[in-house]
Amino acid sequence: MGGYILRRVLSTLPVLAIVAVLVFLMLRLTPSDPAAIIAGDYASSEQIEGIRERLGLNEPILKQFIIWIGGVLQGDFGESFFYKKQVAELIGERLEPTLSLSLITILLVVLIAVPLGVIAAHNHGTWIDRFVMGFSVLGFSIPVFVVGYILIYIFAVTLDWLPVQGYQRIRDGVGGWLLRLVLPAMTLSVVFIAFIARMTRTSVLEVLNEDYIRTARAKGQTEIKVLVRHALANAAVPILTIIGLTVAILIGGVVVTESVYTLPGLGLLTVDAVLARDYPTIQAVILLFSFAYVLINLLVDVAYTFLDPRIRY
Amino acid sequence: MSTMRRALAVLTAAATIPLLATVANAQKTLRFVPHSDLKILDPIWTTAYIVRNHGYMVYDTLFGMDDKGEIKPQMVDTYTLSDDKLTWTMTLRDGLTWHDGQPVTTADIIPSIKRWAAKDSMGQKMFSFVDSIDAKDAKTFVIKLKSPTGLVLLALGKPSSNVPFMMPKRVAETDPNKQIEEFIGSGPYVFKRDEWQPGSKIVYVKFEGYKPRSEPPSGTTGGKVVKVDRVEWRPIRDHQQAVNALLAGEVDYIESPPHDLVPLIKKSKDIYTFNWNPLGNQFTFRFNVLHKPFDNPKVREALFYAFNQEDFLKAVVGTEEFYKLCKGMFICGTPFGTEAGFEDKLESNFKKARELLAEAKYDGTPIVLMHSTDLQVLTNLAPVAKSLMERAGLKVDMQSMDWQTVVARRSKKDAPEAGGWHAFLTSWVAGDLLNPVMAGFVNAGCDKAMFGWPCDEQIEKLRDDFARETDPAKQKAIVEAVQKRVAVYPTHIHLGQWYNPGALRNNVKGVVAAPAPVLWNISIE
Repeated sequence: MGGYILRRVLSTLPVLAIVAVLVFLMLRLTPSDPAAIIAGDYASSEQIEGIRERLGLNEPILKQFIIWIGGVLQGDFGESFFYKKQVAELIGERLEPTLSLSLITILLVVLIAVPLGVIAAHNHGTWIDRFVMGFSVLGFSIPVFVVGYILIYIFAVTLDWLPVQGYQRIRDGVGGWLLRLVLPAMTLSVVFIAFIARMTRTSVLEVLNEDYIRTARAKGQTEIKVLVRHALANAAVPILTIIGLTVAILIGGVVVTESVYTLPGLGLLTVDAVLARDYPTIQAVILLFSFAYVLINLLVDVAYTFLDPRIRY
Repeated sequence: MSTMRRALAVLTAAATIPLLATVANAQKTLRFVPHSDLKILDPIWTTAYIVRNHGYMVYDTLFGMDDKGEIKPQMVDTYTLSDDKLTWTMTLRDGLTWHDGQPVTTADIIPSIKRWAAKDSMGQKMFSFVDSIDAKDAKTFVIKLKSPTGLVLLALGKPSSNVPFMMPKRVAETDPNKQIEEFIGSGPYVFKRDEWQPGSKIVYVKFEGYKPRSEPPSGTTGGKVVKVDRVEWRPIRDHQQAVNALLAGEVDYIESPPHDLVPLIKKSKDIYTFNWNPLGNQFTFRFNVLHKPFDNPKVREALFYAFNQEDFLKAVVGTEEFYKLCKGMFICGTPFGTEAGFEDKLESNFKKARELLAEAKYDGTPIVLMHSTDLQVLTNLAPVAKSLMERAGLKVDMQSMDWQTVVARRSKKDAPEAGGWHAFLTSWVAGDLLNPVMAGFVNAGCDKAMFGWPCDEQIEKLRDDFARETDPAKQKAIVEAVQKRVAVYPTHIHLGQWYNPGALRNNVKGVVAAPAPVLWNISIE
């Protein structure tokens, strides 16, 4: 297992290298000019040229790449063109909202979607099954921002139970932190609950027809025990795969939800950086997302061995 | 806050252990939603309006512009101009200090003026007349001119980007092409960099050492009295959410809600609107004169006849309450506002436009019109322009892109078919357009002009004459001459004035009308 993990970690290096080169080149080849954006809408050509010179954007692309990649190899991702802050510091500030939202969303998703899927499978063909599947279709058909606005209208504007927007850091009080994440997490979880409930139902349905389920029932085990210990445990691998992907998507930045609720997370940072052509920030966050995807996939693969003893690396 | 929300807050707080107590908030905090997030902190390094607005919080100015458009002293106490009009002597007010407690002296003021003048086009123009600036003592400095000019006060009191904000000597001596790294001013608020959360919160606290002038506030002049303890800028990128937050009492003041949400705001009995910028803004169509067919002034002139302001204003602003037709380039209702040269233009006279195109032998070259799609106030402009141009007989290739791509592309001089451009539309704050030297698009200095690069000796001579003239009546005559010249050598087309009122909760009082959203004098009751 140790060797497998080491090999997987090493195999991420070429992936990250390719991502680094591609992102760097794509940014330089698209029609954009950070200097013109920094200078402001009404700057003269001379002002723009002065800033371009100062940022080193007049250097040949190869030289710019060598300077940047040299810094990255030493753990220095450079300084944001705009915020005059180290990109690593900027990302560090934005991690907390994104991780907080991801954590609460994934908790909601797992706690709601998996039981819903199991219940639907157990009641296959009944109105309960149809209701859960109907909710699933609805859940991943409605755009996230529509769900967000509906929830805001009901719980924040009309009932005034929850804040409309904003984020409070954990260090400023866990109560306020949690309160401000309820609506965004609810908004974001709808689509994933719908998706994972459907996946769970399908996976559990498949194993419910297996011989060992019939044997368990014949032994007189309770239906709950049959469903949880035998059916769900054996259906867990595909469900875990989807949950892993969900985590990766959430960490990769949930742009719309962060925009609607003004959560200063990685999603908003990425969009702002792209719109402003903040090259150092874009390059760093894309590398980070790539690394997160690879890492989460690795963790999911390792988790398989605990769920299914037949899987060995 | 509703009972349920209080209950939820108590429950969540009780169910968890607060790591750090929230700061006791007995102090008065104004929560303000700016038009965008603040990223850059140096108002001299960039012309971006959001950074200018940040500048007004932190820094002070030598002069300002009052609500009548007149320049009045601000940090300056007394000032005189010698009889030969070549020497300005200015003395600072007593009691001016920086946020670190050090006194403001002429040793700070002189490098601040020089750094600003190195970046700002009007500053550069003013400095072309300056022979020297020297300190007489810690409070008095002298500006000696090579020849008389009426620009000194207009430039030092200009209300919009780049505003000549004063900074401490060690900061002001930063290379103008490099961002400053220390943010100490002598303005009414102190910037709290340690509380700055890029993307969500920018914090300022009252500067207890600020000595306001005794006059009432007026524009960017007068007493900058701070009546709150703290101001938090809360950038909310989703306009609907900003309004929701205002309705729910989570914020106090939205700088510029979009016009289509104003009816929703007006329905609330807890909210009112206030036009804090009575000068307003001006939509503008900009030509690139380097390439065919806009290298021919007659083709450009044809658009003065093809366009009308109302179509553009209705397409974006909608209701007449928030726009004004104005054929004056230099803003109607201000000292240099005039309609000279435009009496028969901007009325969609397509017959006349077609005649001019025929006279110019327009050969059907498609006009590459850049269409910005991501800024609400600009999105509808290009389709209107395309429609009117086509009705006049021009071929138009409207290319849609985000605003930042427009910004990057407009600085390219390449041919339109090779990634360049013919035209785009934008909006200016009226405070930037009050005279021919200040208004960037009137600069016809060829390579030295703004993107579009108009090149006309007559306009440049008139702008120089304006700069040299010190008599306001004669200046007005020169402005009329400039506008008449632009009517036959078009640099851009002004498409009407529009207004964007702010939205405030009823308990927020005392907003000062100015060309920028200034946050002094505001109280929360």
